[in-house]
Formats: sequence, structure tokens, C-alpha cells
Amino acid sequence: MVETLVQGVLLGGLYTLFALGQSLMFGVMRLTNTAQGDFIILGAFAVIAGVSLTGDAVAPWLVALAVLPVAFGFGYALQRYVLNGTLGKDPLPSLVVTFGLSIVIQNLLLELFSADPRAIDTGGLSTQGIALGGAMSVGVLPLVVLAIALVATGALQWLFARTALGRSFRAVSDDREIAELMGLNAKKVYAFATAIAFVLIAVAGALQGMRTTVSPSDGPLLLLFAFEAVIIGGMGSFWGTLAGAMILGITQQIGFRLDPGWGIWFGHIVFLVVLVLRPQGLFPKTRG
Amino acid sequence: MTALLSTHALKAFYGDAQALFGIDFSLVQGELVAIIGANGAGKSTFLKSLTGLVRAPREAIEFKGRPIGGLPPGDIVRQGLAMVPEGRRLFPSLSVEENLLMGATAARRGPWNLQRLYALFPILAQKRHQPGTSLSGGQQQMVALGRALMSNPEVLLCDELSLGLAPIVIREIYAAMPTITGEGMTVVIVEQDVTMARQVSQRIYCFQEGRVSLEGDSGDLTREQISQAYFGIEAAHG
Amino acid sequence: MKRMTNMPPTLVAVERATAASRAALAVGIALVLVAASLPWWGESSWMREFVEIACYFIFAMMWNLLAGYGGMVSIGQQAFFGFGGYVMLMLGNFAGVNPFVAIPLGALAAGLVAIPVSFVAFRLSGGYFAIGTWVIAEVFRLSFANVSAVGGGSGTTLTALRGIEKATRESTTYWMALACVVAAVALVYLFLRSKRGLALLAIRDNEVAAESQGIPVARMKLAVYVVAAFGAGLAGALYFVGNLRISPDAAFSVNWTAFAIFMVVIGGIGRIEGPLVGALIFWALNKFLSDYGTWYLLGLGLLAILVTLFFKQGLWGYAQQRWGWSLFPTQRKLSPVHAPAGVKASSRG
Repeated sequence: MVETLVQGVLLGGLYTLFALGQSLMFGVMRLTNTAQGDFIILGAFAVIAGVSLTGDAVAPWLVALAVLPVAFGFGYALQRYVLNGTLGKDPLPSLVVTFGLSIVIQNLLLELFSADPRAIDTGGLSTQGIALGGAMSVGVLPLVVLAIALVATGALQWLFARTALGRSFRAVSDDREIAELMGLNAKKVYAFATAIAFVLIAVAGALQGMRTTVSPSDGPLLLLFAFEAVIIGGMGSFWGTLAGAMILGITQQIGFRLDPGWGIWFGHIVFLVVLVLRPQGLFPKTRG
Repeated sequence: MTALLSTHALKAFYGDAQALFGIDFSLVQGELVAIIGANGAGKSTFLKSLTGLVRAPREAIEFKGRPIGGLPPGDIVRQGLAMVPEGRRLFPSLSVEENLLMGATAARRGPWNLQRLYALFPILAQKRHQPGTSLSGGQQQMVALGRALMSNPEVLLCDELSLGLAPIVIREIYAAMPTITGEGMTVVIVEQDVTMARQVSQRIYCFQEGRVSLEGDSGDLTREQISQAYFGIEAAHG
Repeated sequence: MKRMTNMPPTLVAVERATAASRAALAVGIALVLVAASLPWWGESSWMREFVEIACYFIFAMMWNLLAGYGGMVSIGQQAFFGFGGYVMLMLGNFAGVNPFVAIPLGALAAGLVAIPVSFVAFRLSGGYFAIGTWVIAEVFRLSFANVSAVGGGSGTTLTALRGIEKATRESTTYWMALACVVAAVALVYLFLRSKRGLALLAIRDNEVAAESQGIPVARMKLAVYVVAAFGAGLAGALYFVGNLRISPDAAFSVNWTAFAIFMVVIGGIGRIEGPLVGALIFWALNKFLSDYGTWYLLGLGLLAILVTLFFKQGLWGYAQQRWGWSLFPTQRKLSPVHAPAGVKASSRG
């Protein structure tokens, strides 16, 4: 049982990284990015492409790091020139555009890389383990993922609570009109938020590609996990998203333990139960 | 004296509905002008047009000699025209101090900063880290006013400062006016409370159904003139 | 006191149909009659294609009803599509029901299951409602994939139609599809022209205002959701009668919704002609370009993005705005009718 819990927590670390970008974009501009999972996979393939382009000369970690600023710029441009045009009361345009992007990405990746699953070679790191007392051992990579997840969550929380940029995010999300009255350029603020979200997406993609194989059609499932983590945890709080991701990871592991075919299904069911019993999530941040 | 801020035949629409039918307005530096009128007369719409929240034709509004109609709100506040919006509209996710800091986004030079504001409204210093919207109505109004002052504007527009507040609180807020205008700031107040408007202002405009129905020095206008202009009732012929 | 000037009261007539639409109705009826005769002069491949397009169209029309008129954008309608298909198959294979009869039964089942599903789905709104419905569809898929009686993950065949001769089966399926299309169009059209349709538009425009006018918003939204689920189930049951084989991945694939979105967005959300135009364009693209596989799908995605960004009303909506075209008018136009000379204006208000 303890092993299941530990595996669940480690999985939750990964799901946190899937979900943080989604939480950020929705929090700042009420935009639901249905291509979230596909962008994560795109990030993974970007690293894979980068690794194959540089041969064996550059370590995968460095390639992943190099992808981050590219992701930042890409996210900024995407929001500024495409997604900003879809914002408004009607959720349909942003949904259709991001859904369309999802299809475009999946098929583009299919064309460029074929349907075969690929992975990022970490030189054995993905199989290394640390003994944790008794007969249990945990993988080094999952621990690294968890650590990154914790750092990312803390960093986002700090950014929002203590910096001027974070203040603009909160202001523009509260009341766009008055924020613009103060002198903020909402379009640029939104673009910044998405840029940061895409850095998180790239990190998540790189780690996913290192821990397991990725293939072009993996995106949608990751989106659902990210979404479930955000809802279970409660909207408005990044630590809430982390908690939600942990719970999701643990429930899935419990499900896998009971029957390998039902793991993901179990996670979905728990999500639906939380939705029915406590739709605001377990740790929502209440607004004044 | 040349007008600091003026409008000429300003029209404004909400979709297909016309709210302003041609407003002529002018303001010289250092004045405190009041705009009065019933609900729906177009007072708030007028202020929103000035600050860029409602579209206006370019040449219809002039500020410091330059046309500003239709500019984005950010540009207008950076030029020195700030507004305290109707209903306060503080940011619920921000603390009192953070709300005030948002006002400084325009980064204009001037005498107003956090310290000075806390000296003017000491209660805000006490509650600086509390969420903005957890304060009482009057205190929130102080925050909203302070937030606009933080941009160090040349012209301050105040939309219904007294809305929903008890008389004693209204007096408290208007007691701060002399400090604000003392250094030459030009102020426009939109007020439902006609008595208060006549007391604090030098000139009054009365709006009625999207038009200026009366304009004059506060001291010269009679109560009867104002009532008639306010309600749009034609003078009875004797 | 000011006195209002006395205006002669103008009579107004409520126009509900344009001349073009009346012509279109006549043409439509003629087309249906011609189409019904197809099995006697057409190739069987045409009939199979028609059945497939009919399913796409009905599904898209119902998605359109839900999103455009109900204001609920769902990425999970495939749950009801697949459910209708599976119920049809189970009734056919296990309960000895004639599969053609089982089609409306499957639709009914989908409509019924939508009621408990709505208790969960309606906890969310906007974009999160959309993804939430997708999760629910996934639950449907995974659940059916674990039921061995219907073949689990690899699916099963519709054995109930085994004994019937191929030509008969194909023509009956075709007529069934034609009937479903006509029924679905009529259902949606009449619904939207009715008072309920107006109420729905009011809700879509402003929920709070609608509620304050006495419109039972929650009940209406549930009604639309159930009707859309019924329609999706109808399309699904029909599809798998035509396909003869069902599997969880085919039945509950999100591609169904993707295609519906595409058809409706291209054609124009919220307009009845939209899904029709979209389905025709989709069919044409499918016919000529689907050999290009991934590039074709990529192109579809790009097209949907571009249309959403630049033609917010869809292509048909653009035409409506620009040229006033309207085949299925659900609007009511007010046109002033001048009182004939000699009639005294009465002193009303």
C-alpha cells in the first residue's frame, strides 16, 4: 500500500507539470487550452528532434533547456496573434481554435515522425533507482520530476503573489477593463502568461519523453489528466493544482493495482465524484 | 484661459443605442467641476468616453491641446487623465496596497505616492494587506480614489464617489478634496447628491437624457433652475 | 406637463418565411422523393456513402443545437453516439429486436442516459464543461471496452442482420437514414420556430434576464441536452447498422465531435443551414482529399481555425449577413404595414 502511495505521489508530480500551464492560462484569461496535451507532446518531440539533430554531441538535458526559450517565444506569439482574438464571453472560438491546433499538431507530428513511439535517451537515468528502506526503491527520474514540480509550483505561486507581473495577472483576470484603465496592456499581459505556461509545457514534455515513450496521438489523454488535476484541486490555486494532481496520481495507482485495465477509468470516476460532491474542488481559492 | 480638457459635440453609443447626443464641455486647469443628473442621463458614459472605455470620435475630445478620442485607456492615463470608476471596482484578488500600486502602473511623476496616501487616509495604512474588497464601502472608495491618485494625473475624474455611502462617510471622503485640489489638480466629479455638488464645485453641468441641459457657476444657479434642468420639466408659463 | 404627440399607430406584420425559403421547401420535398427512389436506379456505394454522410450530418446538427442554441459546447457528444450504437447492437444481438427498430430505441436510451450524465456535466460551464463531457465520454468508452459480452476492446459484429439479403439490407438502411435525416431536420426546425426555440435564444443571449422573465433555464438546458443526446444516439445507432461492426474506439472516438465541430463551424454555428452547408463541404473534402490522410486532417484543422478567427459567423453565416440568404428562417421580421387611407387612428397610447 505504501508503495502504491509513493508511486501515486511521484506520478502526481508529473501530472502537476501537465496541469500548471492549464491552471495558469485559465486563471489569467479564462481560456481553456484543449491542445494542452498535444503541446506537451510537441515539446517532447522538439527535444527528440533537437537530440537527433545534434547527434551525440549535446546531452538531452541541455537540448531540453534550449527548447525552453523557444517555447516561451512560441507561447507569446501564439497568444498575441492567434488566441487573443478568441477571448470573450463565448467559449466556442477558443475551444475550436485550440481543438483545431490539437488536430494540426497531431497530424504534423504524425507526418514528421510517424506513429512509432519515441523516447529521449537519458543514458540510463530513467532506470536508476534509490533504495528507500526495506524492499522499496524509487526511480531517480520520478524523484527529479517531483522536485521540479514542487519548485515550479512554488515559483508560480511566488510569481503571482509577490511580483508586479503576478499582480498584473491577478488584476487583468479580476477586471480587464479597469486593469486597462490603470494602464495595463491586457493583450501583452495575456501573452506573457501563455509564454510562461508554454515553458512549463515544454518542461513537462521533456520529462514525459524521458520517463516513457511518446507518440503523436498521446496528447488528448494528457489533457484530460491535466484538467482533472485542476478540477480536483480547485481553481485559483497552484498548490491546489498540485494537490489535485497528487490525488489523481494516487487514485490511478490504486486503480492499476486493483486491475491494470481499470486504472485510468478509476481516476476518471474519482474525478467525476469530486465534481458531483464538491464542484469547487478540494482547495479552491475564494475570491473576495 | 485655454481649456485643459474639452469635448465638442461628443456622441456615444452602446451598440445601437445612443447614450450621448452631442456634449460640449470644457475644463480649465485648477477647476473643480461637477456633473449632475438623474440615472441614465449619460454622466458615466461621458466619463468613460473621456477615459477611452467607450469609443469616441478622435477629434471630439481634446486634452492638453491634443485629440484623444478613441485612444486606448492606457494611453490616456499615461497622458495624465485618470478616473475613479463608478462602483469602486477594486481588484478582489489584490490587497489594499496592491490595488494602490496598480494605480502607479502609468508611472507618472508627481507628488502622490503610497506614503502620502496613507497620510491622507490613515485607515488604509492599517488595512494595507487585507483584500481590497473586504473593506467597508467608504474605505473601498478611499482605495479607489487613492488608486487613481497614484497615477499622478493632471485631471481626476470621480464617478459617483458617494454612491451607496452614508452621509457621514461621504463627508469624510470629500474632506480630502482640498488636499487633492490644493496643489492645482483639476477635478471633475459626477454626483447624485446635488447639495454636495454645489458645495464643492465652482461650476456645474447638468445632464439630461444624453444632453447638457444646464451649465453655470455653482454660486449663480438657483435650486429651481437646477431641478428643472435635472428632471427635464419645462418651465411653467405664468 | 409635456404631452406626447399623437402618432398614428402602425400595424405590424410578423414575417416568418421568405420567398426563397418557401421555394426551398418545395425543392426539398422534391429532393427527398427523388432520393427515396435511389435504390432502384443508383449504385449501392452511393447508398452506403449517403448513410455515412447522414450520420455525420445528424450528429453535427444535434451538436449545433446544443452549442449554438443551448449555449453548451461539448466535446463529449460521442458518448451518446456510441451508447446509441451499443444499445442498438445489444438489443439486436441479445434481445432479438429488429435492428432497424432498435435504432430509435438506441436513440431513446441515449436520451435517457443523458439525464443522470447531466447531473455531473452541468456542474461545469464554459470551456471546462467541454472537457468534462470528454472525460465522461472516455468513461463510457473504457466501460464498454471492459465488457466482454460485447467484445471488450476489440468490439463485435451485428449478427442480427445476418440472414437478410445484402440488397434489401442496404436499401432498408438507406431509407432508414433518409427518414432519420428528414425527421432530425424537421424536429430541430419546428423546435426552434416554437416558443421553446425563442426561449432558448433568450437563454443563449442572457441567462439571467431570461430567468427573470420566467423562463425555466435549468429545465430548458436539460431538455436541449437530452434532445441532442437523443439525436446523437440516433446517428450512432444508424451508423452501426450501416457499418455492421462496432468497437469502443470507433463508437466513442472524439473524432465524431471534431468532424461535427468542423461542419458546424465552417457552415456557421447557430444556424440551421450551417450544418447542412458544412456537411456538404465536409463530404466534398472527404471525397477528394481523404487519400492524403494526415495532410487532409491537418488542412481541416487549419481551415477550422481560420474560419473561426476570420469568419466568425461561419461561411453560411457570412452569406446570411452579406446577402440576406435564409433557407430555414427561424427569425421573425417585423415589417410595418401602413393603415389604409380612411381608417381613423384610434386614440390608443
